[in-house]
Amino acid sequence: MKDKSLEPQLGAMLSEMLVSLTDRGPDSAGIAIYGPARAGRGKITIQSPSPRSDFSGLAAELSSKIGAEATITVNSTHAVIELPPAKLDEARAALGELRPSVRVMGSGDTVEIYKEVGLPEEVVKRFDLTKMAGSHGIGHTRMATESAVTTMGAHPFSTGPDQCLVHNGSLSNHNNIRRELKREGMKFETENDTEVAAAYLSSKMAHGMKPGDALKHTLDDLDGFFTFIVGTKTGFGVVRDPIACKPAVLAETDRYVAFGSEYRALAMLPGIEEAKVWEPEPATVYFWEH
Amino acid sequence: MHTTNLATAAISRESDHSPAKYDLARTPLRELNQALHNVQPGSNGTAFEVINPKGSHAVAVGVNAPITVDVRGSVGYYCGGMNSEGTITVHGSAGPGVGENMMSGTIIVKGDASQYAGATGRGGLLVIEGNASSRCGISMKGIDIVVHGNIGHMSAFMGQSGHLVVLGDAGDALGDSIYEAKLFVRGKVKSLGADCIAKEMRPEHIAKLQELLDRAGVKDVKPEEFTRYGSARTLYNFNIDNAAAY
Repeated sequence: MKDKSLEPQLGAMLSEMLVSLTDRGPDSAGIAIYGPARAGRGKITIQSPSPRSDFSGLAAELSSKIGAEATITVNSTHAVIELPPAKLDEARAALGELRPSVRVMGSGDTVEIYKEVGLPEEVVKRFDLTKMAGSHGIGHTRMATESAVTTMGAHPFSTGPDQCLVHNGSLSNHNNIRRELKREGMKFETENDTEVAAAYLSSKMAHGMKPGDALKHTLDDLDGFFTFIVGTKTGFGVVRDPIACKPAVLAETDRYVAFGSEYRALAMLPGIEEAKVWEPEPATVYFWEH
Repeated sequence: MHTTNLATAAISRESDHSPAKYDLARTPLRELNQALHNVQPGSNGTAFEVINPKGSHAVAVGVNAPITVDVRGSVGYYCGGMNSEGTITVHGSAGPGVGENMMSGTIIVKGDASQYAGATGRGGLLVIEGNASSRCGISMKGIDIVVHGNIGHMSAFMGQSGHLVVLGDAGDALGDSIYEAKLFVRGKVKSLGADCIAKEMRPEHIAKLQELLDRAGVKDVKPEEFTRYGSARTLYNFNIDNAAAY
């Protein structure tokens, strides 16, 4: 969002965009939303197959384990833990011990990630996404081709602080890249090709590369079809492979920049009739930052 | 004649000569397309208007009569696919595959067109008044395409016949593996695909190009400003010297 007055509507706008593309991918859906940062508080979004038992008492147990105050806000199968940012890594390790069945969806200063199996409309309702506010966000609706339809296989994938990635396409050299990244010490939750792309970008950024430059490197190292959308704490970027079979449309007004796989997803945005609407060029990185 | 032989009544038609209006925000797409397919020879109800397309797919696909369809807004995939005889105007932009496998008639896109506009088209005229994206005219088989702006990469790939006229620039690999489609580009070509070369403009090409520009409503542009591209025909027959590559 460029116009801050639209920030309270971000969840509603993203939800509508997501539902409009249901027939492109009806098996799972997800959203990454970058809300307001709270000084001295970081966030971990977690998910559990048995949220009632896993989430009860967790805040107190986690607080005593890490020696700092952690609060928890439950939202259906997901929950957001807030805690001092310096304790994020310690808390992630502690979660593994306290609640082995809990999965971490993402963490950072502002990002929250919600994703589940089911139609976009069901996922939107489950998490009450339309009420969420934020400076920017990314939604994805999935038609699985390469790996299982599971919560963890849904997009967005988050493999670094406040980072996330969604992907349309398929990668052919993801097994090799996954092996190389594992050797670097990166952890993987799925057999999914997109998770490898996300981890690849996180690894580049962990080595000090800017997000736009990291995206540029995917063109050299990742083989296959892709339109990638990457989210960071301050913005989002787009890149398409050189063949650019996978569709992509951008729209920009003085109030927002929006991306969709096709125009249908943008048709209901405010002022779309006057927006600049264009397709990103192949093998070209676009990045917008606040 | 009257319109009672339509399977479904149009939402509104003020008189026999005003267009039947379909609001896609209220009417299912199939109802519109069925009404277009139901037009009988000799019918007076040949004018249609579509509002609120909002990126809908397959708008006015399979038209098979000399009707006019005016679409007010932008459409999604495959608008006007397989068109025969119809005149379809998109007062907005078109998604991938506009006019795919079109047989005859005219499609005019007032805005831009996405990937593979006019793909495999066998006849008729497709006019894109903005830019066209990648693979414009891929595998074209007789269609004529006129693009007022630029076209993307891999356009006219394996084009067999017909004409692709571009007033702006062309992207990478224009006319890769082309057969006998004729390409006319007024601006720059980023790169030519395999077996595609620049060719001389003979009087018959000038005349054909002038005719296409006239039909597409292009004024103030002379055929002499274009370069013609086509097949070098070196891929038509197997070259035994390349056997080692297989």
